[in-house]
Amino acid sequence: MGEPGTKELLSLEELEAAGSFRTGRKHILSILVENKPGALTRITGLFARRGFNIDTLAVGPTDDETISRITLTLDGAVQSIDQVTKQLHKLINVLKIRDLEPTETMARELALFKISADGGSRAEVMQVCEIFRAKIVDVSKRTLVAEVTGTQEKIDAFERLVRPFGLVEMARTGEIAIARGRAET
Amino acid sequence: MRAVDALMECLKAEGVEVVFGLPGGANLPTYDAFYDAGIRHILVRHEAGGGHAAEGYAKATGKVGVALGTSGPGATNLVTPICDAMMDSVPVVFLTGQVRTELLGTDGFQEADTIGITMPIVKHSMMIQHPLELPRAIHEAFHIARTGRPGPVVVDIPTDLSRADIPYEPITDVHLPGYQPTTDGNQKQIRLAAKALANARRPVIYAGGGAVGAAAELRELATSDRLPVTCTVMGLGSFPASHPQWLGMLGMHGTRTANYAMDEADLIVAIGARFDDRVTAKLSEFAPHAKFIHIDIDPAEISKNVPAHIPIVGYASNILPRLTTEYRALKPDPARLEEWWHRIESWRARYPLAYSDSDDSEIKPQYMVQALFEATEGNAIVASDVGQHQMWAAQHYHFDRPRQWINSGGLGTMGFGLPAAMGAKVGRPEETVVCITGDGSFQMNTQELATCAQNGIDVKVFVMNNGYLGMVRQWQELFWDRRYSQVHTGQYPDFVKLAEAYGATGVRLTDKHTLVEGMRQALATDGPVVVDVRVSAEENVYPMIAPGQAARDMVG
Repeated sequence: MGEPGTKELLSLEELEAAGSFRTGRKHILSILVENKPGALTRITGLFARRGFNIDTLAVGPTDDETISRITLTLDGAVQSIDQVTKQLHKLINVLKIRDLEPTETMARELALFKISADGGSRAEVMQVCEIFRAKIVDVSKRTLVAEVTGTQEKIDAFERLVRPFGLVEMARTGEIAIARGRAET
Repeated sequence: MRAVDALMECLKAEGVEVVFGLPGGANLPTYDAFYDAGIRHILVRHEAGGGHAAEGYAKATGKVGVALGTSGPGATNLVTPICDAMMDSVPVVFLTGQVRTELLGTDGFQEADTIGITMPIVKHSMMIQHPLELPRAIHEAFHIARTGRPGPVVVDIPTDLSRADIPYEPITDVHLPGYQPTTDGNQKQIRLAAKALANARRPVIYAGGGAVGAAAELRELATSDRLPVTCTVMGLGSFPASHPQWLGMLGMHGTRTANYAMDEADLIVAIGARFDDRVTAKLSEFAPHAKFIHIDIDPAEISKNVPAHIPIVGYASNILPRLTTEYRALKPDPARLEEWWHRIESWRARYPLAYSDSDDSEIKPQYMVQALFEATEGNAIVASDVGQHQMWAAQHYHFDRPRQWINSGGLGTMGFGLPAAMGAKVGRPEETVVCITGDGSFQMNTQELATCAQNGIDVKVFVMNNGYLGMVRQWQELFWDRRYSQVHTGQYPDFVKLAEAYGATGVRLTDKHTLVEGMRQALATDGPVVVDVRVSAEENVYPMIAPGQAARDMVG
């Protein structure tokens, strides 16, 4: 593929091949940031600029009120994620970044599912909930709302099972994560 | 005192001598404070001119430049200089006015989301949320702009907060837990690098903009043996062009000697350089035989484009003296470089920078730069705009000192030259400051001639006038079948009359035989001068690495 300044015709296939960033390798990044205005925008903007897609994003306080933790999952990229973590380190408000090793990490997500459950199917839905240790937090005549926590895979599995009953809507928090054992995240 | 008066105290505490700016509604309080603060303020005619002037000042002096603009359009006019300063790592603090806090987010008059607009192009930015934050924010801004890899910092100040009455106490420390640049360089890595260098048979030092602040240290290392040196367009002047170990600039319009040396090198020592595409050309064929020592203050530059075998993170000025000491201690055999120098000398003899001069009185653009070199005795600070004239200036004006060459390398901003020269002259009044520009670039910030004339800022502008947007025309000629699309500018405007209208002196030079003398006279004229030099219309910059090609396939 030539430089953009040349006359050479570019095929769409070539362009697409050059732009295919996704490899499917998942990363969980845990980022500690100062609680300053705009800090989150700076971080998400950086990922967009460097060609990374953020899959999930969760932000919350830490034990220190001046510091927030951002947990961010990515689909990975052809180029190594090193470049983006180095760029993240350059942001003045970023204190610490960990690219969490999946095997060394406890990752959990919370989800709320609103499922159709009228007379006929209600018992069956409740049975699925029980298997997944989902809590039923709201019931109406035609629907119920189930609260599930667990790994992303577990929540995906729950979704697959309840979908046939009629999934009215669903809300997921995105994963938060912490390192196993004594190691600090 | 008012927050803006505290701001003045902070600027003084930071050693600010001069700022460049333009007032407006939202920064009226700041300008009221400037009225008797005792800080020199230069009123520019467009905020972009002020921003580039602050860059020129910073590049010429090594100090932090300061530029101001009001909210909305004032701030958006600063976007180009901010981005330019980011790309070339120039320490500049930009102070923008903002609408009063109750209007924020309401699309108020002259409201723009300055922090949002500039976020991807700043080293850091802050919007003042409370008047008490202002003094600390200013000191943090200067600290961040100046240290580590330098860069632009934007401080956005809502107008109501700047009028607030605050207690002011000088701040002497800055505490930024998330900003701790590694500055020293790892000793073990330095030792490894010294060993690699001592064993190299075909080494090249490749110095970029990051070497400008470590010129003496670079020279010490290079001359502790006969290590060949090439510089990027940003690094010119960090090693004397008159030195026998100098190979010339490298990259797209660099010398064959420098590019061929990179191509055959077995070890490349990159110092404050970032392997830009204009340097590497076809990345997969860049320096195929070389191992890389990469010295840089920014860890994100290490292995970004080319994997480094021995990375060393820190200031070049800290690392190079230790590298030199370690290198000398190994007592490397200078004879091992003989064969390499023989090869380099043969390229040098065969491929000097050449062009065919005119048979008549026509001025070739390359000759124009040589004539200027002669007329200024090679001593001027040269600020350049962007395009063909920039490359010819880089090739033919031989820079012997750091901070002698001021250009927009990364962003390639047309319109940079005149205001940058103005800033350089303000920062270094004792120096001769010239601007080499093109008829296209010059018109992008000509209004600053008024600033120069009003303030007696003595810059000499040499317009390389070929009636074309020359670099684009060159590419259309070479790669787009000579289909000259929208590159012809003709002889508009009349630069001599324009100069006079601005209160500067205008001169036109058209004959190569009297060119040097004409330039000397222009340089001896008091006040700002614009010299309209008519040059060949369709000359191309050579040599050149064509797009998509490797360095060894240079043409011209």
